[in-house]
Amino acid sequence: MSAAPGAKTFVIDGVDASATPGQTILSAAREHNIFIPTLCHLEGLGDVGACRLCLVEVKGARRLLPACTTRVDEGMEVTTNSPRLADYRQMTMQLLFAERNHVCSVCVANNHCEMQSMATTLGMTHVEVPYRFPALTVDASHERFTLDHNRCILCTRCVRVCSEIEGAHTWDVMGRGIQSKVITDLDQPWGTSETCTSCGKCVQVCPTGALFQKNRTGERRGKDPSFLPYLRTMREEL
Amino acid sequence: MPKTITIAPVTRLEGHAKITLQLDDAGVVQEAYFHITQVRGFEKFCEGRPYYEMPGIMARICGICPVSHLIASAKACDALLAVRIPPAAANLRRIFNLAQLVQSHALSFFYLSAPDLLLGMDSDPAMRHILGVAQTAPETALDGVHLRQFGQTVIEILGGQRIHPGWVVPGGVNEPLSLEKRDKILAMIPEARAKVQRTLTWFKAATENFHAEIEVFANFPTLFLGLADDEGKAEYYDGHLRLSDSAGNMVASSLDPKAYASYIEEKVEPFTYLKFPYYKPLGYPGGVYRVGPLARLNLAERCGTPLADVEWRAFRAMSNGPVLSSFYYHQARLVEMLHATEKIEQLLLDPEILDKHVRATARVNSNEGVGVAEAPRGTLMHHYQVNDDGLITHANLIIATGHNNAAMNRGVLQTARHFVRGDQVTEGMLNRVEAVIRTYDPCLSCSTHAVGQMPLQVELRAPDGALVRSLRRD
Repeated sequence: MSAAPGAKTFVIDGVDASATPGQTILSAAREHNIFIPTLCHLEGLGDVGACRLCLVEVKGARRLLPACTTRVDEGMEVTTNSPRLADYRQMTMQLLFAERNHVCSVCVANNHCEMQSMATTLGMTHVEVPYRFPALTVDASHERFTLDHNRCILCTRCVRVCSEIEGAHTWDVMGRGIQSKVITDLDQPWGTSETCTSCGKCVQVCPTGALFQKNRTGERRGKDPSFLPYLRTMREEL
Repeated sequence: MPKTITIAPVTRLEGHAKITLQLDDAGVVQEAYFHITQVRGFEKFCEGRPYYEMPGIMARICGICPVSHLIASAKACDALLAVRIPPAAANLRRIFNLAQLVQSHALSFFYLSAPDLLLGMDSDPAMRHILGVAQTAPETALDGVHLRQFGQTVIEILGGQRIHPGWVVPGGVNEPLSLEKRDKILAMIPEARAKVQRTLTWFKAATENFHAEIEVFANFPTLFLGLADDEGKAEYYDGHLRLSDSAGNMVASSLDPKAYASYIEEKVEPFTYLKFPYYKPLGYPGGVYRVGPLARLNLAERCGTPLADVEWRAFRAMSNGPVLSSFYYHQARLVEMLHATEKIEQLLLDPEILDKHVRATARVNSNEGVGVAEAPRGTLMHHYQVNDDGLITHANLIIATGHNNAAMNRGVLQTARHFVRGDQVTEGMLNRVEAVIRTYDPCLSCSTHAVGQMPLQVELRAPDGALVRSLRRD
């Protein structure tokens, strides 16, 4: 069988593989059943390389590259797993936990949290850097949903789903570096947003307890972002 | 020369404490202080959190009684929503609360106090623990383990996990009871009940050996406070607060729990982090009251289940009025465990318990909510204020052990006066001073909402404050 027109051939973890034109390393790796950890990536949304968990080694590149936003090139040699990468990913997870106030035991997302389960998957047992314990606020002004900045990891899934799928672009990010935070409209209380349609997509795609439905604590099921690929496919077919 | 004895840490308690006994020149105990040496700050750090996280946060006050805090907290949140929760949800919470009562009472009686009761107050401290009980009376130790297991298993079946279950939520519970789960609980009840009955028979016979302790273990008049239903039956989940005096006269027969702040005041003393609540109209110390198993059985006109009612009558027959010696907290605990096994069965046999409608939903409709329930150790009060978005602006908790604080201090003094003389202090004497506190089964880390070092320490101090002798156990 011949390769599809324009297909790229490359080597991933020592195995010859192929990718469609424009396909990312992450997407190609998953097609070949190779695990690369992610948090900001979500099937059905555009990628931004925010969380840095999917960093991989590419031969000839001077730095590590995010697999979610790097496209496969002809002849590329990619390593997705090495002691160095494992160290980087562990440190990235630890920094995410130390940056804001993540208290799993009393979190609405406990046991249903992508960040928590990713930390477990990566074998994170300690946070070796000091916690920052920043004083952050909770915005509970929306009728149905709450935003807790304490638990936000700035993955921007909410920003992307609101803009790309719902088309409202209520969410955005303001500030720089450690001051960055997600905002609704012009940094106003969520409940006063004129663009928010209250569709709840942002809540369903949020990987942590930062966005959640009010009065939904202690439930045995988590969030469900599975609507996303369906919506995307249906719209593409229109 | 006047002296001070320190017992620190006080052992076989949930939490950390220290006792100071002040002796005069003749070596007689003049004053006794029961210090709770920790503070945690739950009331403060929950400010700014959404109200519906409160049950989960407040349950973390205690790993032994998370269910009690869950329930009082969820009731306070029900009040914020201003909803009446579905009857099945209320009864499921009742069962949950009674299962908690059984496992906690079993811990207190078998693990913490049975070593004193079975092996003796003067027995070798190296063996005076649950393993010593297991060697001397394996059946008793096993009954204790099994009764704890019974309570914890019921909690696990209903709530999904034994410690910090998330099943109780504002507005009700988040999952109805299935037929299979109901039958599983029902099947466990007869064995648990038989074990409680066996223990009661043993305990009542054993009280013969403790006349001196019964006489001076916090045996004094106080008021009693606890919940009761409209018919005067003991109530653990809802109902009105009752307050009786030491002669059994009702001081107040139908206090609204939600208005607790209008009749309960908390006094602060410099030597302890734990405050001293009292009944406001009678002032301090006249308004000092006791809560918990002894108070509940003293206040109730009956338990409302056949076997427990027989035991309740026998219990009350020991005294003309209320039973005043805190030593009898132990017996009251066993009667309550018996009642709990009966009541859980009654509630489960009502077909309504399987109703699928177990949660009322609403947004915040009231900026203030109070939730009061009976925890194993006594009346537990959660009081929250929220802003219009439902974020906590103020929280006040009065924990069962707090209500008993003044009585515990007086009990320590009474017991120490009787047993402690001069500086020839034996370990057995000091153990009795600890044992009087154990009758209340205080949960010190809960009551101060506190964290810190807490082994028991007893200090004997001279009138000038100089430390004469200090005993410490870690």
